[in-house]
Amino acid sequence: MAEAAVRRMPGGGSRADAASRLELARGVLRGLEDRAAGIRPVGGPAADGRVLPVAGPLARLLPAGGLRRGSSVAVVGGPGATSLLLALVAEASAEGAWVGVVGRPELGLVAAAEAGVRLDRLALVPRPGRDLLAVTVALLDGMDVVAVAGGGVRAADRQRLAARARQRGAVLLALGPWPGADVELSCADAQWQGLEGGSGRLCARRVRVELRGKGLGPGRGGRLLLPSRGGGPGGAPEVVVPEPAAVVAG
Amino acid sequence: MNEPVRVLALWSPDWPVTAAARAEGVAPHRPAAVVVANRVLACSAVARAHGVRRGLNRREAQARCPELAVLARDPDRDARAFEPVVVAVEELAPGVEIVRPGLLVMPARGPVGWFGSEQAAAERLVDQVAARTGVECQVGVADGLFAAVLAARRGLAVGPGDTPPFLAPLGVEELDREPDAGRADLVDLLRRLGLRSLGAFGALDADDVASRFGADAVLAHRLARGLDPRPPLRRRPPEELAVEIELDPPVDRVDAAAFAARGLAERLHAALAGHGLSCTRLGIAARTTAGEELHRIWRCAEPLSPSGTVDRVRWQLDAWLARGHAGEVRWLRLTPEETVTAGALQLGLWGEAGEADARAGRAMVRVQALLGPDAVVTAVLAGGRDPAEQVRLVPWGDEREPGAPPPRRTRRTGPVGGPDAAGERAGGERDPAPDEPGAWSWGVRPGDGTPRRAPAGWPDDVLRATGRVSAVDRPESGHARPSNARRRAATRSTPIGRPAVPEPAPSWPGRVPAPSPATVPVEPLPAEPLDVGGAPVGLAAPDRLTAAPHRVAVDGGAAREVRGWAGPWPLEQRWWAGAGPVSRMQLALDDGTALLLAHRDGRWWVVGVYD
Repeated sequence: MAEAAVRRMPGGGSRADAASRLELARGVLRGLEDRAAGIRPVGGPAADGRVLPVAGPLARLLPAGGLRRGSSVAVVGGPGATSLLLALVAEASAEGAWVGVVGRPELGLVAAAEAGVRLDRLALVPRPGRDLLAVTVALLDGMDVVAVAGGGVRAADRQRLAARARQRGAVLLALGPWPGADVELSCADAQWQGLEGGSGRLCARRVRVELRGKGLGPGRGGRLLLPSRGGGPGGAPEVVVPEPAAVVAG
Repeated sequence: MNEPVRVLALWSPDWPVTAAARAEGVAPHRPAAVVVANRVLACSAVARAHGVRRGLNRREAQARCPELAVLARDPDRDARAFEPVVVAVEELAPGVEIVRPGLLVMPARGPVGWFGSEQAAAERLVDQVAARTGVECQVGVADGLFAAVLAARRGLAVGPGDTPPFLAPLGVEELDREPDAGRADLVDLLRRLGLRSLGAFGALDADDVASRFGADAVLAHRLARGLDPRPPLRRRPPEELAVEIELDPPVDRVDAAAFAARGLAERLHAALAGHGLSCTRLGIAARTTAGEELHRIWRCAEPLSPSGTVDRVRWQLDAWLARGHAGEVRWLRLTPEETVTAGALQLGLWGEAGEADARAGRAMVRVQALLGPDAVVTAVLAGGRDPAEQVRLVPWGDEREPGAPPPRRTRRTGPVGGPDAAGERAGGERDPAPDEPGAWSWGVRPGDGTPRRAPAGWPDDVLRATGRVSAVDRPESGHARPSNARRRAATRSTPIGRPAVPEPAPSWPGRVPAPSPATVPVEPLPAEPLDVGGAPVGLAAPDRLTAAPHRVAVDGGAAREVRGWAGPWPLEQRWWAGAGPVSRMQLALDDGTALLLAHRDGRWWVVGVYD
């Protein structure tokens, strides 16, 4: 079936190249998964109108102005991913939301505190082992935001977790690939400021955050500082520049 | 009203074992023990004679007594099995209250008046219970519930007014004998303060106890002096607080009845909370289809929570329904027989959304049930200079207070040099086998015997050097405190003996300033920076590189291009503990990440990734 789909793809002409064929097949598979995830008994995330706040520069970027309860948000791995994750949960945490992180023993907690996350409301399950699913489900029942390391979670389990989050009004944050997420964020064009050859120190990083998701239209994104000098996200006035179908780097 | 009431307590020793042994058909002469989570919860007298003790490991218990019958715990069964005992006692004495399965109390006046003397009343009750149910029990009489229960454990009748002298020589651990009391912290603290007997504790001034030890200790203090646990002024509950429910159709199964009881208990507690009250004595009444009226009073040491209420209703209904001939329950009523002004039970006391916290707490406890208590942690920022050193992980449920004894995680290592100590750094040997993954043990020698508790923010070494050890620490310093952080007693006792003004947090000069790395590898990864020519970059001096880094390979991976670098910044600390100097350097890579490297023992390590 994938083969048939590949043949119908417009870019199928360069089929001789095995790598590009594989890429195409993956794309088709992802599309199918997305469509399967789209069939839902309950309404979409809009069913629960409450939104968890996020810090200013990111809020202007996100479609709901924040993390919509019941939605699932993926932060695609790569440079800046962990900082972005911390920046996403910081504001909600500062306002008293509980945040759970599953399966990230190497999370930088000082950076989390600098980003504005309240450590007394940040529950960590560094090593869930084989019980990752059960642990995440349990945390979704009680926490407002649950971040889970996305790699290696099966499609069926992803749907189960997303459904659970929707049902409990929690936000599921995935760090890593998570096909089927309502919103997918990634960082690109990261540039550090403050370092010169041998002098200065790391001060801030300019990144372009890109946003993809259902019903968002193509290429939405903006530039911001992540982290800024204090630790959390920041940005110049011209931060959010919705860009037309930008080239997606890595 | 100040006169304490004479109370008669009837206690059946090792009730969980008795109930379990009867249910399982274990003969009474066989040693038996009820085991929960591999620990002995209770054991029979025969088993005790073989050396089995409460709290013993199951294997150890079986080793001491190979023919030991190991039984499972079942609170419902305990309550059910106790019901015949209550019925037998009720035939002779009115006003029986169940404290818990295995222990019941009643006002002594009735039976003593009827049978002529306390001795006679006790004999009749013991005979009656033994004849009707075959259960052995002991009776004690004293002023007040607490003393009566202690007297029952010893089979004594304490004369009127003799209760304080009776209590005085007993150990403070008697305050924590009842399973629900939860005063292990207080008892531990009192013993460490040298107050080993109830008399010594009772001799303290009540005001001092209240100001030093908190509300629960005030109750305990009243108990120790032989007074009623609460001040005598008691509120009469207004009548409309009782809640009732018609069960239609009538219920004959415990789970169905318990379901109804849950809603009822919640209504009761909502009504009580509306009046600012909580319940310490709960009346449970039921009417059956056979027209029988059943009524029973449960008494609790602590104000009842909704779930505690549901438990008691369920146990009681279980007992009634198990008798068989009662028929179905068609009406249920809960009456708060005695109330106190609600204090700690109120939700949202600190202005936080108490419900969300409770929900999150439940979720974390559930994960702990899945993975073990140490699997769910929260972080506390501690002093230190390495990104990993600045964080202490505390298992959920333990105290987060920064002054608490650091568990076996990174210990604070500290500045002792002058104000200019900006360049010190913990270095030293890498512990080849850190006792916990995630805790870097650099600079901390295993078992170097430092006292592990320090006033907030102060490193251990400073304390040792300056002699600034708080009074609480001294008895501990000889032997290493067990590293298990779950010793709440110790943490909670910390404020006592500590100066009232908190120490200012140290500034840790030499820390890499914010932003901090968002990823801190669990174990430092080896890194190899290379110069333009491909030669490894080393240190010419603590603050000078041999060459500018051009590429870097992390953990044996492919070399990546370096876009910018800064450093090295030398740091020396804990040289008195044999730690070597360390230099740190920041590298920005071509893909937008940056690395924090530390040079120690002749190599570079990645201690943080800015991703």
